Amino acid sequence: MAPTVIAPGHTAATVTDKIAAVVLQRTPLWFYPAFGAAFMLLMTLLYAITYLFAKGVGIWGVNNPVGWGFAIINFVWWIGIGHAGTLISAILLLMRQKWRTSINRFAEAMTLFAVACAGLFPILHLGRPWLAYWLFPYPNTMWVWPQFRSPLIWDVFAISTYMLVSLMFWYVGLIPDVATLRDRTKNKIGQIVYGMMAMGWRGSAKHWHHHDTACILLAALATPLVVSVHSVVSFDFAAGIIPGWHTTLFPPYFVAGAIFAGFAMVITLCIPLRAAFGLHDFITEWHVRNMAKVMLATGLIVNYGYGIELFIAWYSGSPYETFMLSNRIGGPYRFIWYALILCNVVATQFLWSAKVRSSAVALWVVAMFINVGMWLERFVIVVTSLHRDFMPSAWGMYYPTKFDWMTFLGSIGLFLSLMFLFVRLLPMISIFEIRGILPKTRAGERSA
Amino acid sequence: MQVHRQPLHGVMAEFDHSDRLIAAVKAVRSQGYTQLDAYTPYPIEALHHALGHHHSPLPRMVLAGGITGALGGFLLQTWTSTVALPLNVGGKPFFSWPAFIPVTFECTILLASLTAVLGMLALSGLPRPHHPVFNVERFAMASRDRYFLCIEAGDPLFDVDKTCQFLWTLEPTHVAEVAET
Amino acid sequence: MSAGETTNILRHWRSLEEREAGAAVPSQRPEFAPGDELLPDSLDRRRFLQLMGASFALAGLGACTRQPVESIVPYARPPEEVIPGKPLYFATALTLGGYATGVLVESHMGRPTKVEGNPEHPASLGATDRFCQATLLDLYDPDRSRAALHLQRIRSWEAWVQTLEPALEAQVALQGAGLRILSGSSSSPTLAAQMQRLKARFPQARWHRYEPVSRDGLRSATLAGFGKYVEVRYDFSQADVVVALDSDFLVSGPGCVRAAHDFMSRRRVRDGQYGMNRLYAVESTPSATGAVADHRLSLAPDLLLGFAFGLGFECGVIGTGQVGPFASGDLHHWLNRVGVDLREHAGRSIVIAGDETSAELQTLALAMNYYLGNLGRTVLVSEPVEVEPVSHVGSLRDLVQDMRAGRVEILLILGGNPVYDAPADFAFAAAMEKVPLRAHLSLNEDETSELCHWHLPMAHELETWGDARAFDGTVTVQQPLIDPLYGGKSVHELLAVVTGESERKGIDIVRRTWKERLGAVDFEPAWRRILHDGIVPGSAWPPQTYVFQSDWVTQFCLALVRELIPRLERKDAGIDLVFRADPSLHDGRFANNGWLQELPKPWTRLTWDNAAILGPKMAADLSLKPEDVVELELRDTIVRAPVWVLPGQPDGVVTVHLGYGRRRVGRVGKGTGFDAYPLRTSAGLDRAGGLRLRRTGERWELASTQVQRTMEGRNLARQGTLLEFRSHPEFAREAAHGAPPTESLYPGYAYTGHAWGMVVDLGACIGCNACVMACNAENNIPVVGKAQVHNGREMHWIRIDRYFEGDPENPQVVQQPVLCMHCENAPCEPVCPVGATMHGKEGLNEMVYNRCVGTRYCANNCPYKVRRFNFYQYNDRDTEVLKMLRNPDVTVRTRGVMEKCTYCVQRINQARIQAKKEERSLKDGEIITACQQVCPTDALIFGDINDAGSKVAKLRQQPLHYGILEELNTRPRTTYLARVTNPNPESGAPPEPRHGGPRGH
Repeated sequence: MAPTVIAPGHTAATVTDKIAAVVLQRTPLWFYPAFGAAFMLLMTLLYAITYLFAKGVGIWGVNNPVGWGFAIINFVWWIGIGHAGTLISAILLLMRQKWRTSINRFAEAMTLFAVACAGLFPILHLGRPWLAYWLFPYPNTMWVWPQFRSPLIWDVFAISTYMLVSLMFWYVGLIPDVATLRDRTKNKIGQIVYGMMAMGWRGSAKHWHHHDTACILLAALATPLVVSVHSVVSFDFAAGIIPGWHTTLFPPYFVAGAIFAGFAMVITLCIPLRAAFGLHDFITEWHVRNMAKVMLATGLIVNYGYGIELFIAWYSGSPYETFMLSNRIGGPYRFIWYALILCNVVATQFLWSAKVRSSAVALWVVAMFINVGMWLERFVIVVTSLHRDFMPSAWGMYYPTKFDWMTFLGSIGLFLSLMFLFVRLLPMISIFEIRGILPKTRAGERSA
Repeated sequence: MQVHRQPLHGVMAEFDHSDRLIAAVKAVRSQGYTQLDAYTPYPIEALHHALGHHHSPLPRMVLAGGITGALGGFLLQTWTSTVALPLNVGGKPFFSWPAFIPVTFECTILLASLTAVLGMLALSGLPRPHHPVFNVERFAMASRDRYFLCIEAGDPLFDVDKTCQFLWTLEPTHVAEVAET
Repeated sequence: MSAGETTNILRHWRSLEEREAGAAVPSQRPEFAPGDELLPDSLDRRRFLQLMGASFALAGLGACTRQPVESIVPYARPPEEVIPGKPLYFATALTLGGYATGVLVESHMGRPTKVEGNPEHPASLGATDRFCQATLLDLYDPDRSRAALHLQRIRSWEAWVQTLEPALEAQVALQGAGLRILSGSSSSPTLAAQMQRLKARFPQARWHRYEPVSRDGLRSATLAGFGKYVEVRYDFSQADVVVALDSDFLVSGPGCVRAAHDFMSRRRVRDGQYGMNRLYAVESTPSATGAVADHRLSLAPDLLLGFAFGLGFECGVIGTGQVGPFASGDLHHWLNRVGVDLREHAGRSIVIAGDETSAELQTLALAMNYYLGNLGRTVLVSEPVEVEPVSHVGSLRDLVQDMRAGRVEILLILGGNPVYDAPADFAFAAAMEKVPLRAHLSLNEDETSELCHWHLPMAHELETWGDARAFDGTVTVQQPLIDPLYGGKSVHELLAVVTGESERKGIDIVRRTWKERLGAVDFEPAWRRILHDGIVPGSAWPPQTYVFQSDWVTQFCLALVRELIPRLERKDAGIDLVFRADPSLHDGRFANNGWLQELPKPWTRLTWDNAAILGPKMAADLSLKPEDVVELELRDTIVRAPVWVLPGQPDGVVTVHLGYGRRRVGRVGKGTGFDAYPLRTSAGLDRAGGLRLRRTGERWELASTQVQRTMEGRNLARQGTLLEFRSHPEFAREAAHGAPPTESLYPGYAYTGHAWGMVVDLGACIGCNACVMACNAENNIPVVGKAQVHNGREMHWIRIDRYFEGDPENPQVVQQPVLCMHCENAPCEPVCPVGATMHGKEGLNEMVYNRCVGTRYCANNCPYKVRRFNFYQYNDRDTEVLKMLRNPDVTVRTRGVMEKCTYCVQRINQARIQAKKEERSLKDGEIITACQQVCPTDALIFGDINDAGSKVAKLRQQPLHYGILEELNTRPRTTYLARVTNPNPESGAPPEPRHGGPRGH
């Protein structure tokens, strides 16, 4: 085996110390400006939200006919990003893919934070956000209940389930490692906090046995869940009758897109992070390359989706569908569509080259393109389909306002802030799993 | 060794290699000890068998949880949209079961996962912030790269000196008594 | 006086002191002692509360009005039946330019909340136009002037009277030589009587008349044709062929509501019923009438006159002839066909020229009707409806000259706004400065009140007693629906002071007139009946047969041809500028009316602005895009205006609408549009030649509610010709994009019992916008403002879509009212996560505002895009006076909630309750939606589609019947009847519009 999952010469001890060190050592200087920047963005989000609640969704560009704008685009984008985490931690676990161990913890965290960002938007975009709880079924004196035929209700259940399951999965995985931190940290507060989080984990054989079983079971449950979540998100559109929405292609094409986007984001984050904390031994070329391959595969599925979408529109012969097609390519928003093709179709093809796959920089650039591309894809689906549908008399345009942008960039701020806190406070690589895959050695000795 | 008088939880041997631990476990059990537990920095399948533990009941619990979720979810939707609040939406019937599938599915997953996690904690007796084994100074290494075997005082064959001497025969790096408090 | 009021006075005192910046206030205190007219706010509120109390406590007339003494009579129901929450209806009339439309006003607990047409009134027949609907907002306009002002300082009415009377005394000696009164045209018998008294007291005093949108052309035409002013009215129910020369008779001018009704009554083609009239429209600017025409031809004003001259020849008008481009070529051929059509229907045709057009055109039209033998048949002449008709321009010119010469000492301006809208060359403001005492009676403080010594708040028509004639002379006595909100006075009450008569209160003045006319014996019952019915029986003018002075007309034509030929042939005349009254703001008097401001105008669908309207070809030649700001230069007067490019606008002609760019106006009208009056001189009130356009490079945002021009090949608004219909009645249904997919996973719902539905007759719709206005008033629909409209957030529940077809220079226009379709398989419903929109048992697509969380998913998923969302808190919930405007039966929606057409569910429920109480089932036609009730042409029919006998069910059986987007299997309850046009089979397509106005580049 040419490139290894872990650089040679590591023992359980070195692994433990090196990874724990990231959390236990003094905060590196670069962290302050980086976190500061993210935090500023987060503050913009708070400002935008406050103003939104005070004034109403009118501060956004949404209108008639385009009732959904940035909010829903961001929602779908973030959810999509989330998916890679679950995929890595769950599906690859089921497939016993050893290489996942180095990245799954951190990918799961990414999932969690992405879903948190995503979860904001459906609430923010409501005309009366303070009534969001009406979307949950709870007994009330009026004896009214949600309307379960609505894809939005499916969303509510899918997203909240996804959020909870990801959180539990992530936390269960964390328990042994916080135990490690509990035993390592010299800091009293740290000992108390980590101690509570570890819940008295002793690493006894019994613990490990149940822990293992639980992880496998969660993985087995999370796998269909992750597929269902983005399918359900795609129903928001597929269940509508708007040309450009009403298509059976959406579920698979959305799921693939989600994984595509998710891996792009994992790469975007982990390449700079491993450089920052010097974790090249654990996140090796091999991981990066495998992720690149997954991206290529899912990317091609997505490209196929674009093709079929347009083909069917033409093949249907329906005047509305065919117009939708020509409007995407030739309408006022055509440049968005061109940019989308550039980012998601053209850029993806570079992944065929092994050179690109093994060059951190090149890969990172491609990943950035894909991050943007996936956002544009959602813009095309939401806005370009809505702004010209059945009644020409009702056609209009959608222009985002500064508040749309503040909310969007702000959500990135929220995501990054959580990310930074995570890498500072918790082991971003699963220590116990790494220990488990080390070549057996005598404690203290170096492996050959 | 002046801690003689205070009540003991047991004696604990520390090993620097998983194989030695597993060998030790086998040896200890062959001596007829039953009340013992092993602590490792990462899961080891072999150890589980060596200790002769049984399979975890967790899967069956999770199955039950899943079924509950499925039924609960589906019945909730059916009841609300046919009995509690029947509405004519877009000419669809009250009991439009195909539309109920997504939520049913999500409920299944949710309940199952919750059972998995809570069940796991319950079965491993967590959360339990304190445990005698933590009294042993070096036990902190259990979460790094050392392997521990603890024979508990409750064992019929337990006798501090004999057990210690016996453990010393299993090439541990250390042997320590585990105070109860 | 309660403590609250005392503090109120104090508050006002403080503000007054601030206002007067430390003037010697105390000395004036006594003058203000009564304080009433100084406290419009508290007064209005206090009296309103009194009323509330009274209406509960008292039986009798007093209970439903606030005039226990001046009893007015509720319509149809004896007032003993007053029940809180149950509206009463009162018959009265609303006037525009002096002509009355009879209306019934719905009054909730003494608050007028809705205007409906009076079925017994000839000018209404139960319908109204957009202005009548919007008048309520004028009544409750928060910006209305609330107190008499002297030099911008608050004074009382008494103070004014104390100022006026001595001045009048001084005039008595001079026989009133220095006394001038300026008003709009009026048809009020009471006013006529008062003017007689005025003459008696001041023989030398003069009464001037000025309406910016005057009918001077027609007046002088009748003067020429009959030797005196007569009323000309048309009976469209008898006309087979109508030629409209720059006439928008369907939606504007006296009796337009009746005209539309009669005209459309001759166009209802149904299965086996093919009789249909034909309308030719020749116009210099696209009009709503032109959109309905079977043949429409755009011509520059000069050419249009040439066309009329040529058509006169066809009709045998002696002295006319076919000159210029009409002598030969396709214009000639087309003109010829029109002529033949007219001759074939001699005596059963109408040639009508627009109210605002020149005397020449009017004279030619009159002559044609004479020679075609239409006079006395389809064109009726009678005594003038106006009191003492005069040429308004002439009248105003005299006044200006007198003022300049300093011959005017007292000028009383009764309504109107001459400083803003007088012809530019009169320099009215400057001349007026010379008058030592000038007072202006008006609803709002405007440009004129600013320059007058006294501004006097005028009472709204719904606040006053009065009387007025309809287009046919029928008189209605106007009764007040509510006490003057701000202590305003009526024209009669002011004139009473001038004439020095004993009656000073509106009711006494009006009753005096009618006592004299009806005789004192049995006056009371007659008076009650008049008020109750809203018309004075037998007061219509009988048609007369005046001698038509044909030889004078011949002379006129021979004179005209001499100057006409060069005008037709000149090449370097530059661009023609055409002035039109604004379809929404009229002459500018409605500038502060949000409903009208936000009303999309026919053809352009523009709101909140007027524009310089250009044809596509001309815009291309000058490389101008919509929203480019240009300088319009006419005789070194320059006005800056944004451009709007409109298909169908004749080449070489720029149209500007009047009434915008008000300098002194309330909050609503501020900053809307540009003022076109500076370009308008007495020389050409309808048009002017020699316009120059200069692009400024600047842009001005224009808010149009429909940007898309064409239907993109989607058969939404379907139409065919009469011939097609006869040979192929099902043409509309077959135009569908495929049949709806009927197979379904689910069993459908069976709608037993009532199943509400509506049929919209595209053939009958004239795009007059009355339905939009009625819906606004009935359903508390908020005004959102220009910026929101520009962002596609207008809230109208019913909209009128406009599509162009064919050649952009001379397109055909289809108009299609679109409201909620109440689909049986409504796509909006299944997507709502909280079930805030669902189907009722009778098939209504219902919105539960309280449950709506505002996901906007339903709006996205509505293929008809009829749902409206409250992106902000649009409804004004703070302004007290606007609360009185609201319809108490309809929820006032809040921010973040979706809304849409409900088929006026509140009316359905009222009718149902009524039926239940009377233990009977609902009758067809008992439930009338607001849009249906106001429609002059019955283009909207609502009813129970399950009741085979109902009108709507029958219409759904018609071959013309179809639904839009049915292929989506939405099963709409609102469906359409395709439009059938009746083009002249022989005249073929209208000629190529290359005969645009000649212009040099």
